[in-house]
Amino acid sequence: MEPGLDTSIKKRLADAALHSATAKGATYADVRINRYLNQYVMTREDKVQNIINTESFGVGIRVIANGCWGFAAIGNTQSEEDVAKTAEKAVAFAKAHAKLLKKPVQLAPQKGFGEVSWKSTVKKNSFDIPVKEKTDLLLAVNAAAMANGANFVNSVLFMINEQKYFASTDGSYIDQDVHRIWPNFTVTAVDKASGLVATRDSLSAPMGMSYDYLQTAPSDRVGGVTTRYNKGYDMLEDVTAAAKQAKQKLKAKSVEAGKYDLVLDPSHTYLTIHESVGHATELDRVLGYEANLAGTSFATIDKWKSKSFNYGSKDVNFFADKTQPGSLGEVGWDDEGVKTKQWDIIKDGILVNYQAIRDQVHMLGETESQGCAYGDSWSVTQFQRMANISLAPGKDRLTVDEMIKDVKKGIYIIGDGSYSIDQQRYNFQFGGQLFYEIKDGQIVGMLRDVAYQSNTQEFWNSCVKICDERDYRLGGTFFDGKGQPVQINSVSHGSSTARFNGVNVLNTSRKI
Amino acid sequence: MALISQEEAKKILDKVLSFSKADEMSVSLNGARSSNIRYALNTVSSGGEADNMSLLITAGLGKRSGSATINEFDDRALERTVRRAEEIARLAPENPEYMPMLGPQKYLETPTYSENTAKIDAEYRSQVAFDSVDLCEQKNLTAAGYLQDSTGFSAIANSKGLFGYNRSTLADFSVTVRTADSKGSGYVTRDFTDISKLNARETTNIAVQKAMASTNARSIEPGKYTVILEPTAMSTLLQSMMSGMDTRLADEGRSFLSKKGGGTRLGEKLIDERITIYSDPANSDAPSEPFSGAGNRLAAMSFLGGGGVGDGRPLEKVMWFDKGVVKNMSYSRFWADKKGVKATPPSSGFIMEGGNQSLADMTKSTDKGILVTRLWYVRMVDPQTLLQTGLTRDGTFYIENGQIKFPVKNFRFNESAVIVLNNIESLGAPVRMNGNMIPPVKARDFTFTSLSDAI
Repeated sequence: MEPGLDTSIKKRLADAALHSATAKGATYADVRINRYLNQYVMTREDKVQNIINTESFGVGIRVIANGCWGFAAIGNTQSEEDVAKTAEKAVAFAKAHAKLLKKPVQLAPQKGFGEVSWKSTVKKNSFDIPVKEKTDLLLAVNAAAMANGANFVNSVLFMINEQKYFASTDGSYIDQDVHRIWPNFTVTAVDKASGLVATRDSLSAPMGMSYDYLQTAPSDRVGGVTTRYNKGYDMLEDVTAAAKQAKQKLKAKSVEAGKYDLVLDPSHTYLTIHESVGHATELDRVLGYEANLAGTSFATIDKWKSKSFNYGSKDVNFFADKTQPGSLGEVGWDDEGVKTKQWDIIKDGILVNYQAIRDQVHMLGETESQGCAYGDSWSVTQFQRMANISLAPGKDRLTVDEMIKDVKKGIYIIGDGSYSIDQQRYNFQFGGQLFYEIKDGQIVGMLRDVAYQSNTQEFWNSCVKICDERDYRLGGTFFDGKGQPVQINSVSHGSSTARFNGVNVLNTSRKI
Repeated sequence: MALISQEEAKKILDKVLSFSKADEMSVSLNGARSSNIRYALNTVSSGGEADNMSLLITAGLGKRSGSATINEFDDRALERTVRRAEEIARLAPENPEYMPMLGPQKYLETPTYSENTAKIDAEYRSQVAFDSVDLCEQKNLTAAGYLQDSTGFSAIANSKGLFGYNRSTLADFSVTVRTADSKGSGYVTRDFTDISKLNARETTNIAVQKAMASTNARSIEPGKYTVILEPTAMSTLLQSMMSGMDTRLADEGRSFLSKKGGGTRLGEKLIDERITIYSDPANSDAPSEPFSGAGNRLAAMSFLGGGGVGDGRPLEKVMWFDKGVVKNMSYSRFWADKKGVKATPPSSGFIMEGGNQSLADMTKSTDKGILVTRLWYVRMVDPQTLLQTGLTRDGTFYIENGQIKFPVKNFRFNESAVIVLNNIESLGAPVRMNGNMIPPVKARDFTFTSLSDAI
């Protein structure tokens, strides 16, 4: 892969944009000169279906003029004249739209950092690994699935490198090199006679790592009813288990609807955290800026101000963290040139803060942004996106086995499945990959057709136990969607296995 | 820059193909200028424009293939990307399912372009936002809305002489109107090829009426109800069904179109005989691209780097469900070849025929039911039965004895589109929704499973 533009050229382009914007009347401007490299390797059974390398380079310029935001972007240019004209266009948009403005944008002050840089920790760069090594891995994964009873298997390697350059009129010139990877598969078992189909997806997490994630140290394996993974993932081992489990799922007992105590593995809980805590505490949603698509939030400002809103039980602590090593949200600076950090969202069960960016924090009475700005391409404007939001591990020593021992009637859920939540983040429904029935402290067998429905506040208040930090793992998604036009964001959510009492479980089987 | 002519596009594609050392090569080029204005809390929140073009190159070497994209167009970058696609192909294992590229094809003329949309500017967008916000402010309501327009083109070519070019415009407008106390919410969305059909004030007024009528919603018990699904709601429910018409998945036993014991349900009556669904790229109300692989113009802007991944098959009029019978299913070229049938590509849009009932007629004939404006966060629970879950949103009303009685709290549902289309009571006139034509539908026994406090 050819290297991207030298930072000296990017700085020259950035200065051309910033000077042009201010000369046309912008009171603030920032420019993102970004190159995005992706590689996908897609296979099914014994075939490589497609290998795609993508590359996109362009310049996005955001300005404030007449108190209003304006944005313009241009693909594929290294010309100072082009970026200067694009900056002029951004100012023209701001001025045209300012006629509708009620209150001018109020931007939290931000010091410039000069010329700085940040890189994801990369030992083995995914883009340096030969294609053959990747196809060999996936074909071996597929062969293992078929040898262990799968009828079908699809496997994918998804690798991302964002080469981001940010500059602003505050005096920052920030060069960042961000890597992400997601190895995953779906194994399918079919019983043609009955028409039943069962699938088992990989228990990997997309990570803010490079090819290093596919190297597994013994400490990365989490034992138990099935092996789960921490900072290293063994795809071959997981698919072997998955093929056997998909067949077991065909014969599993269909769940009896009712109330159960749920024991949720981090490979599952991350998605419940994402939907019911991550989105609900995004300040733009709380204020109404996302009302037309993503929605608003039940976690309103008055609840935060009361300092007594019981989001969860007293054991429930959530923190936001843009610095967690290996996480999807990890960067040195956000897309507004704010240094990233960690802060509390829910403390001892009480809502204490939100996720915000520079033009919002004044509404919380704060003077410093939390560093949550992100734009998924040079071609779109950056806005408030979710930080890594994680459930803090329990303070008392507790293993998963010890947790299960106390459960009389429960379901142990591993992996993520179907998911849906309302536009204010009250009512949700989640499925999973593996469901184990717990009776009188013992796992007695596998279940299928399981989904649970609850309400965010009720659910987090039903959290009675959380395993300690030894069980803490990250899950995450590449596809956190929000905004118009819709942009995607990559974000991780950590947790240890947690128990929730008396949750409503549905049976999802139907006949058509 | 992003809207280049057929001749200019052909010049770029021919140049790319001239660099090829592969056995065969296909290229697709997508470009768009996409502009938007976004408003919330009755004020503008963001807006601007992006201009981009992106190229996808696929190299074929025997039964091996590799693809690469780029949005740089100097000769060096083009040649480098051709070499990259070839290198990937060389390193890839043979794919026994690889199909040789198609020769020249004939494509339909489709009315996907409107000069009215291509020429709008920031002032026009500001006026749309102003009209929408102004109406809401007069009634002490809060608007959050979005107008996006794009003007672009798709072009495809390959080393066997295939060439296609299509230009298109698209405008999407949507607005959510909320009452000052946040106890009522209404929504409306419209999309057009020709933006002159948009009347922002009249359209916003639909969301205004729904917001005002939906305050102080009451709780009623979840369960099975007769529903009137407005086209916005119906469109969401149908998406998964219409994108799940693939024959191979059904043959493999993992689709709602799989037959118990093996095979597919092609030729079977699956849904109510009043349901007919077809696709037609040349439809004047909801036209779509004439070839497979045109890609999504907006995808040219996305982080995926854009570019279509289809194979240049012509998209023609196809009947999918004829009076409830599964009439056609889609095929990959490999699967069609294996089965010895025509390789019908998946559709790029669909038209569901309707009936003559207005929403008022449907309401009048309902003893007890629910009127649903919009469905939200709809996700597949079981692909075998097409069971989906999701919630109602932005205007849900209880109907009794032929009249809308009061707004109700939103519901979560767990229901299958196949079951809904078997439980049809009546149909209204189709309207354009997200590039498709969808009628309002009245159906019995729709399964609501819980209540939501969300407004």
